[in-house]
Amino acid sequence: MWSLVAVELYKIFKRPRTYIAFGAIAALIVVIQLGLKIDGDAYAAFIMKDINDALSVDGKILNGYLICYILLQLLLVHVPLLVALIAADMLSGEANLGTLRLLYTTPYSRSQWVMAKFIAASIYTLLLLIWLAFLALFVSMWVFGTDDLFLMKSNYVVLIENQDILWRYVGAFVFASFSLLTVTSLGFLMSSLANNSIGPIVGTMSAIVFFTILSTLNIPLFNVIKPYLFTTHMNNWKEFFDLQVNANNEAIQGSILNIAKIKNSLFVLGLHIILFVTIAIQIMKRKDILS
Amino acid sequence: MAIIKVDQISKVFGNIQAVDKLSFEVQAGEVFGFLGQNGSGKSTTIRMLLSLIHPTSGTIELFGKSLQKDRNQILEKVGAIIERPDLYPYLSAREHLQLFAKVRKQKIHSKAIEDTLQKVGLLDRAQDKVQTFSLGMKQRLGIAIALVHNPQLIILDEPTNGLDPQGIADMRKLIIALSKEEGKTVLVSSHLLSEIEQVASQILILHKGKKMVEGTTKTLLDPLNKIVQFKTLDDARALQVLQNSPFNTYLMERKHGLFLKVPHTDIPQLNEYFINAGVSVVGIEAKNSLEDYFLNITSNQ
Repeated sequence: MWSLVAVELYKIFKRPRTYIAFGAIAALIVVIQLGLKIDGDAYAAFIMKDINDALSVDGKILNGYLICYILLQLLLVHVPLLVALIAADMLSGEANLGTLRLLYTTPYSRSQWVMAKFIAASIYTLLLLIWLAFLALFVSMWVFGTDDLFLMKSNYVVLIENQDILWRYVGAFVFASFSLLTVTSLGFLMSSLANNSIGPIVGTMSAIVFFTILSTLNIPLFNVIKPYLFTTHMNNWKEFFDLQVNANNEAIQGSILNIAKIKNSLFVLGLHIILFVTIAIQIMKRKDILS
Repeated sequence: MAIIKVDQISKVFGNIQAVDKLSFEVQAGEVFGFLGQNGSGKSTTIRMLLSLIHPTSGTIELFGKSLQKDRNQILEKVGAIIERPDLYPYLSAREHLQLFAKVRKQKIHSKAIEDTLQKVGLLDRAQDKVQTFSLGMKQRLGIAIALVHNPQLIILDEPTNGLDPQGIADMRKLIIALSKEEGKTVLVSSHLLSEIEQVASQILILHKGKKMVEGTTKTLLDPLNKIVQFKTLDDARALQVLQNSPFNTYLMERKHGLFLKVPHTDIPQLNEYFINAGVSVVGIEAKNSLEDYFLNITSNQ
């Protein structure tokens, strides 16, 4: 099986389109970092203007941790679209080329090939996320330095001490990997349904947009299905940055406010991954690859 | 030893009978020619041999093992190309061979890759991306891929498609060399008898999913062994007479007429035998070659 995964990875990284996502992420992050490096003080003043009268904050607000948080907020919504470029092409691209027939004459079952392709697409997704983490977190820490993380939520502020932050990012990226793997598996499923790449790529993007809109709409009819939609859970990496408070309303460092919510989201996303991949395998087992 | 043993396989797609109770055997080291017009069921049979589709009924054994039960073990020893050379346009010829050697878990040295590319005449284009290749070059690379893991059985579905005359001649040489020099068993399909007769030691003609005739190339193409169509007023009666006669082994095919493969010296005796048995022979038509016979049965449909 691993030799098949290696073969699939070899093919992925031999294609120029693979590097579009890496390039796009690097370009976006560098542009934002550059902007904040040049004009960061004005930006910090802007976000603090409403609360300057209520509290004063010592230290460097615009540090590497906050930059990373801003970048993740901006990018984790768009990275799925980049993931779809590869994941949604894994099966349909080969069906279009006709090379599935060549693969299926080797001493491996269809299920083994499809699984190897999914694992390879998942590795690509994880590499993309690692690339994102490297640029957004480590480069930001290097360029902007580190300090406590000061976050403004909708009706409260969160202050996380410097030494309590890094593990939260590890948790957030692990969570984000589940979100993106869900997108990968959705793209993969779409890919199993078509014989060209464009349809599944557009289909995956459309599905994400459609379900994201449903997840954010506050209409009672949709509230029933919201907990089951993967898009409802994809952004819950932010839960790693909400702290419990004690009786004096002071943040408890090292805590997470709603760990049950994170677990539930991981469960729902995990179920979606299994469901999408299982359906894709079943479709590919029956798919006519000879016409 | 039979490398391929096909027993009464049929394949039905909806209400189309693609292959109908087909049986044949391919012996080790043999080049087996699989001949038939487009749509005759050749590719469907080859797809069944490669387990790309499953027979509706019947059994297939390769290397003495059931294809259904030991598919993966069997396919390790098989190399194949299926109709079109479908390849990755963004990979070079060398990368294709490296990729498929890896799929087969073969540690292949660059010398072996070069040898394989040399065999199919692509060594000078080893580094070029497939997107720059002509159809004929893709076809040759497809064959190189089929050979890269040194298989014992090679299945080539219409391997001369897209090749120029020189390429076709080279392909013939390659098929003969694979069999004679390397002892490989080759099953090669084509819709052209002229291609098959030059490489195959055994020929099977398939028409509308049914076996029309099978035999050694030498026997089938022997000019002394005429293929003769006896035209009678009552073919059913003639058939009955023939089956009970000393000439019963000459019968080739009866569905599209009474075709017999008969030494030319026996034709008068056979005619006399029919007349004595009360069969009214109204004509005897000699087919000059297997090609005539092939064209005759296929054009009758």
